[in-house]
Amino acid sequence: MDQILGSFSNHLPVSKEYLTIVLSPSSAPLQQRWHNNGLSADFMADYFAAFFPRSQDKVASCNSKVEVKSAVSFIANELLENAMKFSDSSTEYPISITLQLHSDSLVFLSTNSVKADTVSQFQAFIQEIMADDPSDLLVRQLEKNAEEDENMGSGLGLLTMMSDYLAKIGWKFETVQEDPEIITVTTMVYLMM
Amino acid sequence: MEITTEKYSVQYDEAAKTVSCRGALRLAGMEDYAPIIQLLDRVIEDHPPTLRLNLQQLEFLNSSGINVLSKFVLKVRGQKDMALIVEGSKAIPWQERSLKNLQRLMPNLELTWD
Repeated sequence: MDQILGSFSNHLPVSKEYLTIVLSPSSAPLQQRWHNNGLSADFMADYFAAFFPRSQDKVASCNSKVEVKSAVSFIANELLENAMKFSDSSTEYPISITLQLHSDSLVFLSTNSVKADTVSQFQAFIQEIMADDPSDLLVRQLEKNAEEDENMGSGLGLLTMMSDYLAKIGWKFETVQEDPEIITVTTMVYLMM
Repeated sequence: MEITTEKYSVQYDEAAKTVSCRGALRLAGMEDYAPIIQLLDRVIEDHPPTLRLNLQQLEFLNSSGINVLSKFVLKVRGQKDMALIVEGSKAIPWQERSLKNLQRLMPNLELTWD
């Protein structure tokens, strides 16, 4: 399997400024390390805020340090939470998150394994969110969730990134190992800044 | 009523009819949010004619937390005779980006900024 959905670019320009955090789902139980998601996200946010506002920028609310910090912190935390929730812990495949600085954007890349039997459901969800207006879909999803008690995979984080942060998102599914099979998904989030 | 941890607090001041959320609400899914949901359900039972939801010191909220607050707003909306004022802070950028969604869920919700 090698499949791309949404705004995923295989030809990003090389970034000379990036951070990558890699973690192994097997070294500590999810619950015990949940708090690390926030720590990692806040570290990335603090680190990248140093580059903003950029010298060519007119200082506006959208490129101020505090705005960049807040956006990076939300998006990185959501990507890490999703990676932890949906990774296939039986594979021991590592979870990684990278944040790259580009001339006009910040690009997040998170990679995790996924259970083979959840891929088609996930891809159907992606098709659904690509086909609709994200802010309408977000409100509809919030209404729908209110009627249900449990909604682990309701995609609110992704919808919020698209609706409230105007992020572009793409996904790449890959079979990285055949026997036993390991499928990974890389989520790419572009934030124009 | 109050839930306080190292990272966050959620408090209901019954005299002022105000729920205040502070800190970083980034819990892992609905199960972990259960005590907060219970507190919010008791606020609905108290049934104040006008309820204030003060978020001015809520620095972070993950998508599960967005889900919890949205459910709460929809429960208030279902009460018909309860008004809701959400107090946000412009100093916390996620609030300017995302609190408008609560208003879309409950159009007569009043959103105020410090």
